[in-house]
Amino acid sequence: MEIVMSVVVGILFMSATYLMLSKSLLRIIVGTAILSHGAHLLILTMGGLKKGAAPLLGENGPYTDPLPQALILTAIVIAFGVTAFFLVLAYRAYQELGTDNMDKLRGTEGND
Amino acid sequence: MKTNDIILQTATKVVLFIIVLFSVYIFFAGHYTPGGGFVGGLLTSGAIILLLLAFDMKTVDKILPVNFMYMIATGLLFAIGTGAGGLLFNVPFLTHAFTDVDLPILGHLSLHTAALFDLGVFLVVVGVTMIIIKTIGEDD
Amino acid sequence: MSLLHLAIISPFLLAILVPIVYKLFKQIHTGWFVLPLPILLFSYFISYLSITSNQQSVTNSFSWIPSLGIDFTAKIDGLGLLFALLITGIGALVVLYSIYYLDKKKEKLNNFYVYLLLFMGAMLGVVLSDNLIVLYTFWELTSFSSFLLIGYWYHREKSRYGAQKSMIITVFGGLSMLGGIILLYLMTGTFSISEIIAQSDEIFSHSLFVPALLCILLGAFTKSAQFPFHIWLPDAMEAPTPVSAYLHSATMVKAGIYLIARMSPVFAEHSLWLWLIAGFGITTLFWGSFSAVKQTDLKAILAFSTVSQLGMIMSLLGIGAAALHFETVEDGYFTVATTAAVFHLINHATFKGSLFMVAGIVDHETGTRDIRKLGGLMNFMPITFTLAIIGTFAMAGLPPFNGFLSKEMFFTGMVRVLEMDIFNLDTWGFLFPVLAWVASVFTFIYSMIIVFKTFTGKFQPEQLEKKPHEAPIGMLISPIILASLVIIIGFFPNIISNTLISPAQAAIMPAEGYVYDTHISFWHGFTPELFMTLGVITLGILLFATLPKWKGVYGLFPEKLALNRFYDSGLSGIQQGAHGFTRWYMNGSIRNYLVYIFTFFIVILLSTLFIKNAFKFDASNVSAIKFSEIVLALVIAVASITILFVKSRLTSIILLGAVGYTVALFFVIFRAPDLALTQLVIETISVALFLLCFYHLPQIKDEERMPFKATNAVISIGVGLVVTLIAFSAHSNKLFDSISQYYIENTYEKAAGKNMVNVILVDFRGFDTMFEITVLAIAALGIFGMIKLRLGGGKKNENK
Repeated sequence: MEIVMSVVVGILFMSATYLMLSKSLLRIIVGTAILSHGAHLLILTMGGLKKGAAPLLGENGPYTDPLPQALILTAIVIAFGVTAFFLVLAYRAYQELGTDNMDKLRGTEGND
Repeated sequence: MKTNDIILQTATKVVLFIIVLFSVYIFFAGHYTPGGGFVGGLLTSGAIILLLLAFDMKTVDKILPVNFMYMIATGLLFAIGTGAGGLLFNVPFLTHAFTDVDLPILGHLSLHTAALFDLGVFLVVVGVTMIIIKTIGEDD
Repeated sequence: MSLLHLAIISPFLLAILVPIVYKLFKQIHTGWFVLPLPILLFSYFISYLSITSNQQSVTNSFSWIPSLGIDFTAKIDGLGLLFALLITGIGALVVLYSIYYLDKKKEKLNNFYVYLLLFMGAMLGVVLSDNLIVLYTFWELTSFSSFLLIGYWYHREKSRYGAQKSMIITVFGGLSMLGGIILLYLMTGTFSISEIIAQSDEIFSHSLFVPALLCILLGAFTKSAQFPFHIWLPDAMEAPTPVSAYLHSATMVKAGIYLIARMSPVFAEHSLWLWLIAGFGITTLFWGSFSAVKQTDLKAILAFSTVSQLGMIMSLLGIGAAALHFETVEDGYFTVATTAAVFHLINHATFKGSLFMVAGIVDHETGTRDIRKLGGLMNFMPITFTLAIIGTFAMAGLPPFNGFLSKEMFFTGMVRVLEMDIFNLDTWGFLFPVLAWVASVFTFIYSMIIVFKTFTGKFQPEQLEKKPHEAPIGMLISPIILASLVIIIGFFPNIISNTLISPAQAAIMPAEGYVYDTHISFWHGFTPELFMTLGVITLGILLFATLPKWKGVYGLFPEKLALNRFYDSGLSGIQQGAHGFTRWYMNGSIRNYLVYIFTFFIVILLSTLFIKNAFKFDASNVSAIKFSEIVLALVIAVASITILFVKSRLTSIILLGAVGYTVALFFVIFRAPDLALTQLVIETISVALFLLCFYHLPQIKDEERMPFKATNAVISIGVGLVVTLIAFSAHSNKLFDSISQYYIENTYEKAAGKNMVNVILVDFRGFDTMFEITVLAIAALGIFGMIKLRLGGGKKNENK
């Protein structure tokens, strides 16, 4: 299963990268969201899969590794915050500038 | 935008309380079974979002006259305060304490300062989600 | 922490109080509160005279960073005490002078005295530290406070320019010095100067010896304004005159000289040391005095004169180091140069300090320092005139002032260069006395220019901004004290010879079992030195009288070759280069930045995998695969790849949701109920958020920019491959045991919970969670701000 998951993670990273390299701001945001999914699965896969019961005392041991799960839980929530922030950024940028094309959002010369 | 979503509205009235109750349960059960502040908070805000979808912003404001900014601040205060409380007892920051009590009606109960910390997380999550949704929704 | 340490940091402590005092007592000049400190410190350091005049030293150590061998070791010996007395003594006089110079209503006195105290403490730290790292820290602090003081009138363009220039040059030298210190540490394994000196014989043949020597010299030369780094000093004259008198003539610029004197026992065995110091010194001496003559600003003349005098002291130190090189300390043949260096150091501080103060008085009372506008002030300010006469005559080397004595000794030292039998100095070594003599002629000329162009000649009241009159008595006290020292030392040089000069010499050139005994006499008989002085005076008078006729000589030097031009174009070149380079790679396209990041990601991770031979594929320890899992994997793969090709916005959001829900299902399969729950709810809210956001936006013509890009595809496939490889290898290599066992075991005992994930989040790793919700709160604030506050005042979109 780990091998299958490694490939799945690779595919997720690949699509995420391709989306992030495109010009449309929306596609970039979708890309970052997929990237975080990929990262979560990667952490879980690296820790080993299906090693035992869910990490709740009272289940019959051995348990799966609880630490990656705790890390991922934090990461999921942070990813949500970041995605929301990006979305609003895109939304406002579109409202103010009328485009979501990154090539047109490059700033002007001498604006540094 | 006046549409006829009587089914949605009626269903919401029923489902809403089930979701909120479930989220409260999941929040308190978090220490022993899956759940906790994050999921509880997210479920609660999911319920409020459902309310928003079924009715409109004004109705929701009337039902829940809460300033979610204060809610975030309160949540952070809870989290930091629980952590700092340990300092008063000369233990490191964020050391939790717990005790078991037996109450007459409720039976055996475990009290835990971590629950207060988790309450902070719960409040922040609800506050943040609602701020995000509301600010976007109100912007027109 | 001893009293000595307290003395060093006391200026810093007072600096903290200055702004408070300034606010509380607006009516009283803040200088009065500062003045007692340098006086107190001066008398405190005087008490050490009894120890150092026996050529002994006192060391007090205070542990600072013991693990790195850095201790704040304060050591007071003859050399350190001499400088400490100069710093506090001149410091007290300068503070007194500044009280009358700076107006308490118009000037920001709180800033001024904070900077000045900062400098005083830093300078004391430089000269009293035995640890090189501590010395370096204080050294940079002096550069820093000098920067602040030069830029004190920061609204002036020239002040800012001068401050920046001095900062760039001295900090450049300081960094090079740090390099030298580290090289020394590599050779000796200690930062303590006394221990390094003890090992100087062993490190002599080390391959890092010469690089260390060069680095240290660069630091000293930039600080002491040696040619060609002297260009910052004339521009530093934009500072208020008390600062020029203090930092840029008496103390800070002598830090380089201090460093060379201090490090002489380490490096002097190498002939490069004396050769470089003497060479640079004599060049600076000549160039400084030559350039001083063409200046028209009083302070500019004094600045170039300082440059030239620093060169003179420097060259003397270089020649004096020959005594260590030849190990002939005892016969005193070359040590006379070191005696002259120390003696002139003191003399220079007295007469140059008083001259700067005189220039400040002239500036203060007439409103100009331009010698073309000045003249005939003798009748208006007789006391100032007298002071100027004393100062300039001492500088020119005329009897009976102290400058005459040190100038004579200087000539003696220079003549003895002829006796050195290294580098064929017996043939071209004659350049030293010749250059020294020519430079002295120029010194004589500019000294005369200062006094006679200002105080005699035609009075031009129409050129002056104010009606000139004598300065208030408070302003005159300090230069009077300095000028009387000029005369006293001139007549009775031996009051300092064995109290200050010999102990300092003992520190510069330590010789086992040898006690320095210095005796300075006024009359040596008809020696070559006397005739050299007479020649200087004769030719000087002649040339001064005919100055207008030969001034054209200076026109021969084209402006283009000037060092300042070189500095300016170099600086702007660096700026433009950096700007161009940044423009080239930071071109505003986020795609390019991401391409850089991902390319590095691929290259670095792949090469690390191969170099460390970490790639491993081990299928033995994998878990079983069920059919349903294959289906889910396929769903997630197909969904994520399909997103790449869909055009509609709505479709891509739905596909993203599909990916997210499938991830949640995976969490269920992999026994992570908390994650599954959270992921499900969050995915729902995220999709709602996406839809909400893009509900408002009009449809964009996606078709226009959906071309397939080969480079993007290559990069993304590369990233995917690298991640897959890492996932394989990470799973196959188990280098460490999991730390999770601790959490599994202690969840109930220590935290009274059963859900390990939740316990880790709220208890074991509560900090993570706390900061995480803080991040969430910040994100919410940012979103709120972006939508509600409308910062920036950008124009609103019409088609909204």
